[in-house]
Amino acid sequence: MEAIRTEQLVKQYGKSRGISGVDLTVGEGEFFGFIGPNGAGKSTTIRILLGLIEKTSGNVRVLGEDPSEAGPRRKILSHVGYLPSEAMFYHGMKVKEVLRLSADLRGADCRSEAKILCERLSLDTEKKVEELSFGNRKKVAIVCALQHKPKLLILDEPTSGLDPLMQREFFRILEERNQAGATVFLSSHVLSEIQNHCSRAAIIREGRIIACGSVEELANTSAKRVSLRGHAELEGLTGIRDLQQAEDAVSFLYSGQMKRLMEVLAAGDITDLTIAEPDLEEIFLHYYEGGVQG
Amino acid sequence: MRLLKHEMRQGLISLAIWTGSIAFLMVICIILFPEMKGQMEDVSDVFASMGSFTAAFGMDRLSFGTLTGFYAIECGNILGLGGAFYAALTGITALAKEEKEHTAEFLLAHPITRTGIVSAKLASVLLQITAMNVLILAISLVSILFIDEEIPWKELLLFHLAYYLLQIEIGGICFGISAFLRRGGLGIGLGLACLLYFLNLIANISESAEFLKYITPFGYADGADIVTEEALNGPMVAVGMCLAIIGIAAAYWKYGRKDIQ
Repeated sequence: MEAIRTEQLVKQYGKSRGISGVDLTVGEGEFFGFIGPNGAGKSTTIRILLGLIEKTSGNVRVLGEDPSEAGPRRKILSHVGYLPSEAMFYHGMKVKEVLRLSADLRGADCRSEAKILCERLSLDTEKKVEELSFGNRKKVAIVCALQHKPKLLILDEPTSGLDPLMQREFFRILEERNQAGATVFLSSHVLSEIQNHCSRAAIIREGRIIACGSVEELANTSAKRVSLRGHAELEGLTGIRDLQQAEDAVSFLYSGQMKRLMEVLAAGDITDLTIAEPDLEEIFLHYYEGGVQG
Repeated sequence: MRLLKHEMRQGLISLAIWTGSIAFLMVICIILFPEMKGQMEDVSDVFASMGSFTAAFGMDRLSFGTLTGFYAIECGNILGLGGAFYAALTGITALAKEEKEHTAEFLLAHPITRTGIVSAKLASVLLQITAMNVLILAISLVSILFIDEEIPWKELLLFHLAYYLLQIEIGGICFGISAFLRRGGLGIGLGLACLLYFLNLIANISESAEFLKYITPFGYADGADIVTEEALNGPMVAVGMCLAIIGIAAAYWKYGRKDIQ
């Protein structure tokens, strides 16, 4: 059984586009990345998965159940930990009261796990939530999402507001959970997060999935990043993108014939040369700007 | 149950402030009654000769010189308006505040059905209104004993029952509206309570506007009518309770399919 499966998922807000035909499959136990710029439809997709909003059309299954129906949604939510991108809590409550409320609403006793998580994230549970900084509020949301040891973690921009040390600890916790069998669905626009932690990823752009596959696969397009110092006659060479020229240095993405590239380089006056795999950031820009259908 | 407890706790300060304020004003009025009773013979004539203003507050049919008359007008207005505002406020914020304060994502990510959320919030609204009325009635009774007056049980209980039903009605309607809102609706709630109050004043002034009494809950909570009839107007109460039920049903219907932003 897949943890998440959507087919031709569409959500329209009045006349404006939410998402238009999202196909996603996330297997159980995967660490899955969901990349896209702001406003691409990441949060809309997540909200449908959680049953916060109703899909306009298409199919959606989370842990085998349909989140648009009340009964199954409740079942799904009891196994899901959700970390919203902007976590807000009830005024006047202390952190420990929020954690307790969240556990009680799940009918679970999570005190020992909450204690461990709070210690690892150095979260002061005696503070009132309105006194917390954005980052600390995020930590409260993280503990709420993790303390009941869910089978599926849905994380929407989880690291915004966290300092680098906390980010590292947070990902360490996620890796542990993932190794223990939990599925992690990580939405982010920070590519290094996806590249460093996820096994598979999908790229969403303007409400559509434009590429989906293993992170290596996504990075492994035929394009290479060519950087050279010196002079070469690049005109007439097809398959060049993202050309950057400095004084005597040139860098570009090349997806044309390798033989032609070699001929051009051999004819030029070159002092230094590297040909490397482009990183995910470049791939992402390639997908994003190029609008390639995956 | 856990959500109900949470809701009650969230509403506690508001309940305490409104109950305290309304009860305080009513106690002051009741304590002033013995002093005013003596002067009322003359004052009543004055009040009775202010034309439509007199009719608007039912003073053409009530005597300021008796505790029931005084209570119906003075305390009736305090509890009527104050209670209506409190009920409107509690009802209109119940569901909308989650989205206004961005806590909806937190709450709805827990395994509770939407119906369960609406039920818990409705129960909390009704319980808070009930708690306020019970407390105010008790404080009021003690105050009347304190000024050595006899408690006009039947009228007094009818007044309080009428105002309780009025608050349930306004609370229920506002609860329904709340499900449709994304931002806070304080203005809508308080405005609605004010509107309904003034509709009754208009209905009292003009006979041709008397049908308005069927629209506003202040119609069946009119002190003068209750004292002269010694009963609540059944059909008016029935219309009011129907409106409350429609409001509540609308809340269940809408919240069950609402897109949470």
